[in-house]
Amino acid sequence: MALLLILLPLLAAVLAFFTRTAALRTRLLPLTAVVHLALLIAALRGWGTLPPAAWLGLDALGGWVLLVISLLFAICACYAPAYLALRPERDNRIFSVSFLAFLGLASLLAQARHPGLVWVAMETTTLATAPLIFFNHNRRSLEATWKYLIIGSVGIALALLGTLFIAYGAHLGGIREPLSYKRLMLEAAHFSKPWLRAGFVLTLVGYGTKMGLAPLHTWKPDAYGESPGVIGALLAGGVTSCAFLALLRIYAVVAAAGDAGFAQELMIGIGLLSMVWAMVFMVRQVDIRRLLAYSSVEHMGILVFGIGIGGRAARFALFHLAANALVKSVLFMSAGNIHRSYASHSLPQVTGAIRRTPVSAWLFLLGFLAITGTPPFAPFISEFNIAATALAPPHLWVGVAFLVLLGGIFVAMSDTVVQVVFGTPNPNRVRTPYRDTFATTAPLVIALALSLGLGLWLPRPLATMIESAAALVEGRP
Amino acid sequence: MLSDLLIALIMLTNFTLVTTSRINKAIQVAVVQGVLLGLLPLAMGLGKRFHILLMVASVVAVKGWLIPFLFRRALRKIKIHRELNPTVGYTASLILCAVGTGLSLMLASHLPVAPGSGHALFVPAALSTLLTGFILLICRREALTQVVGYLVLENGIYLFGLMLVEEMPLLVEAGILLDLFVGIFVMGIVINHINVAFDSLDTRHLAELKD
Repeated sequence: MALLLILLPLLAAVLAFFTRTAALRTRLLPLTAVVHLALLIAALRGWGTLPPAAWLGLDALGGWVLLVISLLFAICACYAPAYLALRPERDNRIFSVSFLAFLGLASLLAQARHPGLVWVAMETTTLATAPLIFFNHNRRSLEATWKYLIIGSVGIALALLGTLFIAYGAHLGGIREPLSYKRLMLEAAHFSKPWLRAGFVLTLVGYGTKMGLAPLHTWKPDAYGESPGVIGALLAGGVTSCAFLALLRIYAVVAAAGDAGFAQELMIGIGLLSMVWAMVFMVRQVDIRRLLAYSSVEHMGILVFGIGIGGRAARFALFHLAANALVKSVLFMSAGNIHRSYASHSLPQVTGAIRRTPVSAWLFLLGFLAITGTPPFAPFISEFNIAATALAPPHLWVGVAFLVLLGGIFVAMSDTVVQVVFGTPNPNRVRTPYRDTFATTAPLVIALALSLGLGLWLPRPLATMIESAAALVEGRP
Repeated sequence: MLSDLLIALIMLTNFTLVTTSRINKAIQVAVVQGVLLGLLPLAMGLGKRFHILLMVASVVAVKGWLIPFLFRRALRKIKIHRELNPTVGYTASLILCAVGTGLSLMLASHLPVAPGSGHALFVPAALSTLLTGFILLICRREALTQVVGYLVLENGIYLFGLMLVEEMPLLVEAGILLDLFVGIFVMGIVINHINVAFDSLDTRHLAELKD
């Protein structure tokens, strides 16, 4: 089953490469996504029974992250054919291949039990998603692709060095290969501490670059701003979740070694820095895609901040992973629709979208309200609980700063969003034939409904899974 | 010790890399460095084990043959073969590289190494090669030189990995090597597009996107 989850999307990618008809090829995307999701749900029943020496397999943490990615992928894949049909001038062969390959590599990453294998999967994900950013084939997307590729590769290289540092620390502690995460965590107490700490710092920098934590996020606004909305959604919810998982695996080893305090301080610091940085660049941001990219920087900050606070906040950080992925997909794809309709993605061209594309504009507005923590959507539950956990004696001021930043970001973002949705239409706007259709809005409505549903009710099996995943992250294998 | 001699040579190639303005030469030096690294396990006296021999052969093949092939293909299409105005000059880069090497030696003295393994030089050499890669990435403007910087950075990491070479699973080694190759292949494609779009590989053209 573990192999099937990886090979199915990769085989579909090969098939997509050899399919001649564009329309047939795009049908492969939703089909693969739905089968993958169904297989994954069947496989998830066995997450508690992973043999300790396995190279591949789902545990609670990997299973939860892969579930989020697979669900997000299904939403994006259902939207993609309609989007690609709107862009008949662009060949979609490479797009489909890269898109499908991403799912296979994410499945490899989530199931890999060896830190080296996780690294290989993460690097390959970077390479596979680079052509997606170059989809528009113009100078701007070329610049974005180059930055994504170089900054991402260098970051990932540092993560490899960090992984090797930790492996060397284990080597000095007398632990022999093959190093599964389970063994690393069980024997973490014997590691050489200087190597472990240096290794964690490097992996935080490396995988943090891939997540887009400030100040390592510089590729992010460019990559999200220049790629199609559906790719923005996949990057903001999928690739970042992969990198977060890779980081959490290393953090779990550090926590198991009894060194969590040091790592938590770093994560709280970098989390708050990301939120501050994002807020500063959101003020008077005219480009809606870049606005969303900074929102993604903010939410990556919230994720590591939650892990840094620990305990209940760590559990809700894992929940936030799903909340962020779902709402980001609504935001990026509705922004994509608005872009199609206005042939632009910045103010002052894009104003008054509520009249031009009412459904997308409403989705964009509701998505904005959801992501900034308005009840009863899922991000509210996680942001509220992370703040509530932080607002206790050891972290009191940090918790206050977190709340102030959330408020500031709401204000900074609302300015642009209100103008886009309700502003007076620009008289010189470009006329395009695009209007909202069922195919370009239904997947978004489903994603928004899911995030609403998760905000109101978390099914029992999922809650148990998040609980075990959080225990694993905190170093209890 | 033969392995110490090879490592000293590798550290010398770092200094050559930061002082050369010809892209052609930078590529050659990086390739030599990669091949020296590939042969290092033999100098460490590990040549009798099959999986290590296999690894030596594949690293030498990728770093000494496949990657230079990709670079040559990219070079054929471009006009300017020289780094004309680097962000930071060559003398300054050389000083940076020397300071970086010194810092690596200092930093490495704080990190414990397995006693009796003969790995004393590995950590400082790996860190200084890594820093050389960073210097090339940050201080040069030609996209191709930046890819050389990435390759050198990876060389540094590979050198560190050699301390674990006896244990590292072949699957992971092969994956890392494959990723390096595919990474440079993809960068080559993007470089080709940059060359077509701007008729140059100067990354100053790539500065349109900002806030």
